[in-house]
Amino acid sequence: MTQPPAPLPPERAAQLAAEFGLKPDEYERVLAILGRAPSLTELGVFSVMWSEHCSYKSSRVWLRGLPTKAPWVIHGPGENAGVIDIGDGLAAIFKMESHNHPSFIEPYQGAATGVGGILRDVFTMGARPIANLNALRFGLPEAPRMKRVIDGVVRGIGGYGNCVGVPTVGGEVNFHPAYNGNPLVNAMTVGIAPKDRIFLSAAAGIGNPVVYVGSKTGRDGIHGATMASAEFSADSEEKRPTVQIGDPFVEKLLIEACLELMATDAIVAIQDMGAAGLTSSSVEMAGKGDVGIELVLDDVPQREAGMSAYEMMLSESQERMLMILKPGREAEAAAIFHKWELDFAVIGHLTDTGRIVIRHRGQVEADIPLAPLESEAPLYRRPTAETPKLPVLDAASIPDPVGPEAALGKLVGSLDLCSRRWIWDQYDSMVGGQTARRPGAADAAVVRVEESLEKGGARALAMTTDCTPRYCAADPEEGGKQAVAEAWRNLTAVGARPLAITDNMNFGNPEKPEIMGQFAAAIRGMAAACTALDFPVVSGNVSLYNETEGRAILPTPAIGGVGVLEKVGQAVGLSLAPGLDLVVIGETKGWLGQSLWLREIAGREDGAPPPVDLAAERRNGDFVRARILTGEVRACHDLSDGGLLVGLAEMAMAGGCGASLAPALAGIPAHAFWFGEDQGRYVLAVADAAALLAAAAAAGVPAMKLGRSGGEALALAEGPSISVASLRVAHEATLPALMAES
Amino acid sequence: MKAAIILFPGTNRERDMALALQRATGHRPPLLWHRDTELPAGLDLVVLPGGFSYGDYLRCGAMAAQSPIMRAVKEFAARGGHVLGVCNGFQMLAEAGLLPGALLRNASLRFLSMDCHMRVERADTPFTGRFQRGQVFRATMAHGDGNYFADAATLDRLEGEGLVALRYATPQGEVTAAANRNGSARNIAGLLSPNLRVLGLMPHPENQVDPEIDGTDGLPLFESLAESFAAA
Amino acid sequence: MKAFVTVMPKAGVLDPQGKAIGHALTGLGFAGIGEVRAGKVIELELAETDPVKAKAAAEEMARKLLANTVIESFSVTVG
Repeated sequence: MTQPPAPLPPERAAQLAAEFGLKPDEYERVLAILGRAPSLTELGVFSVMWSEHCSYKSSRVWLRGLPTKAPWVIHGPGENAGVIDIGDGLAAIFKMESHNHPSFIEPYQGAATGVGGILRDVFTMGARPIANLNALRFGLPEAPRMKRVIDGVVRGIGGYGNCVGVPTVGGEVNFHPAYNGNPLVNAMTVGIAPKDRIFLSAAAGIGNPVVYVGSKTGRDGIHGATMASAEFSADSEEKRPTVQIGDPFVEKLLIEACLELMATDAIVAIQDMGAAGLTSSSVEMAGKGDVGIELVLDDVPQREAGMSAYEMMLSESQERMLMILKPGREAEAAAIFHKWELDFAVIGHLTDTGRIVIRHRGQVEADIPLAPLESEAPLYRRPTAETPKLPVLDAASIPDPVGPEAALGKLVGSLDLCSRRWIWDQYDSMVGGQTARRPGAADAAVVRVEESLEKGGARALAMTTDCTPRYCAADPEEGGKQAVAEAWRNLTAVGARPLAITDNMNFGNPEKPEIMGQFAAAIRGMAAACTALDFPVVSGNVSLYNETEGRAILPTPAIGGVGVLEKVGQAVGLSLAPGLDLVVIGETKGWLGQSLWLREIAGREDGAPPPVDLAAERRNGDFVRARILTGEVRACHDLSDGGLLVGLAEMAMAGGCGASLAPALAGIPAHAFWFGEDQGRYVLAVADAAALLAAAAAAGVPAMKLGRSGGEALALAEGPSISVASLRVAHEATLPALMAES
Repeated sequence: MKAAIILFPGTNRERDMALALQRATGHRPPLLWHRDTELPAGLDLVVLPGGFSYGDYLRCGAMAAQSPIMRAVKEFAARGGHVLGVCNGFQMLAEAGLLPGALLRNASLRFLSMDCHMRVERADTPFTGRFQRGQVFRATMAHGDGNYFADAATLDRLEGEGLVALRYATPQGEVTAAANRNGSARNIAGLLSPNLRVLGLMPHPENQVDPEIDGTDGLPLFESLAESFAAA
Repeated sequence: MKAFVTVMPKAGVLDPQGKAIGHALTGLGFAGIGEVRAGKVIELELAETDPVKAKAAAEEMARKLLANTVIESFSVTVG
């Protein structure tokens, strides 16, 4: 029988519980589970395990509404990352995760450790990471500190990803004042593993050794998980010392060492130490395996002298993993980690007690039954309030103040549409030698799978991240639907078969009914789209309390989509070449509500966002993909932000080639035709439109010939001829000018 | 051609390099560990690949240049062995004194990941035989410290002895300041040893060897090597 | 005892970091800033207790690894 730990004096315990973020009724449950007051270490364990960040207590009831199954799904949500079958005996393993709060406090390290954390979630399952993507939302550059945040986040992502040698191949960036005090940094990693060698986190085997590998433990980031579960206030700057420092060099060694050990059969279970480090990894591994776990913290590799059990259990030092090994395999495993100059320590063993027992300096510092820690964890169905519907705007009632030429010039240089080259020029997108479509070249990144090549194949993954927060704010359900549909569309536009998504739900304070209403509605929309498009959710992350001084961000359910191409050579890009017919697939009605034209040219952010007709989405996309796979499509681009003319301009700028265009459809105001954001549309460039139009008609897919490529300008039938070179200047100038070192 | 690639802690372009060599020679070269003290017998080419050896801490390539295997590489070079150092490998060659000068922080102080074009300054070397003199080829660059520096006397000597292998240029072959993104002295992208058997360059020709990925602009460099040893 | 190795870019070697710092300081309104050079200090904890020997050892380390004498100069203080 273990000697119970020394409890805190009851008043002190209650006071600390509140400081650690436990609500009074949650603290009552702690007392009931333990039958006594907790020790400091125990209180730390409960507070981080029951934080929003680790427990998903506000979001779990809603997340259950998402479809998570398909014949190609191997592991859905609940593991470190989602796993899907991509053929050739291989699996793609992927997930997206937020590092919003740390990135605002210390942009470089916050973003860097975000990349490091998501990489570990993927390689802990046995995958070699092959690509990183990032979904970023910044405030306006003129907002206080924002340029520093943008610069630091970009440098941090590059600094980490470039060093570990995983190409950063895609992502997205939005700017909006709603993120002035709370930018979003969502990092996604995709990895590849043999599908019969996936490593899971459920511990098994009473007596088996618990092994710690990686960097030493210091006092970094203590209570990071609870910080990520609280609103920002002006004194967040004070919290700076809790930010963790990333070491991508050690991460690279950790990847190589783990993969080397994984090639043996010595590992029973493995998990990275992410938020709440040793606490969450040990509790979750033992909990999932229905076993007990006993840790001796004296054996934890330590970077600083005199660390307490509480500090070690809550440290968020980076680049650490926890493993359960088969008995007797310690020496073999230690040799691999020592070869890679990494720490390796046996710090405990599995027990049959169903409890986590933590010993330090001869004392028991914590002794908690694991089952109630999970089953009694708080779960809230918080009150929701529906977002009021906005009126559908009538395009004819909105005059065009400037004409198409001026509008296009302004739009391609606007913050949300300008070239992202300044950012991606700082990310190594080519390392690995498999990047077939890099940032800016296509609607989705395309990376060939080296393991497929080794088997004589040429399979490739297509990857994208998508969300249109202004649509989500106007109508969270349509916005959630649109985010999923756009990811599906971007994968389709390169010719890939969309397989599954990871979601990163970024919202405000869930204790406010209107925020919880946004969350619930976004999930409804996402679920509808996932079901209609056979595009299940296999992993995800929730980030709540994204508010500063009571002001919430736009609801931002960022979607990371993954699709597969059987042959990398089938992929198409968006770059236009001369002498091709341009065909628009999908129906153009001229929807101006929530469009970028409305915001940037008419100065209005209002109206209902464009609806997504999921049946049409599926029909149009399946048609486009099939045509791409015939080989007849020379370029393809989906139409989203900015509408038809912006999409054409993007193709023209990428290829350095103009086009002569047909007049706007009768019955639609010209500005609504060219800049409306109707969903489910693509522009295809083909040698001859006739065959494509006939096939579309046969398939019941709306299609129209829009013009023919050639020349050096976009020549509108109505008049203006817009120089592609001058558009390019406007498109490329914005970010370098904003971020110029003054 | 019998080639081997050396793996340092933090190396990350070894697989790219292995694929490029495999494409040129038909077989995949072995990886050697930095703690080894000897090179395998009968080696024609040693490759120091790109990456962030030792995290680029202290100075890029500085700690790798002191690792046990580098002693063997220096001896190999002294015996007339061929050595190719790309990116971090070039930095190691400079730190180890196998090539003169040093690679400083990029003039922009930012990591640069983009395509560059290089003009081939001499085509009579084992690394460049399949190019024409004056030919321009495209390659990926991905580095934070690629700004080549040497004092004026050293630069004059290198020019005089014809040891500049590659220069940053426009796609049309003009050597301009705008084409020299990292700020290198005299647009130097690649440098040879006096016996023409050691080449260091910052960009990554190994990323342009496959028509299905990003074209084959870099392939002639590896084919040149394969050819020189097939003929030998 | 402790040794402090100060590593600086040699005169004549371009120091874009120093230049950027100087530029930023001027931008912040600090007047009269001439040339700015950015280097680094490496703090070594040595078992050696004789200052002369400690300094010699640190200088040897600097020559061998801590500084690249092609582009950097160094100085050592002990205490």
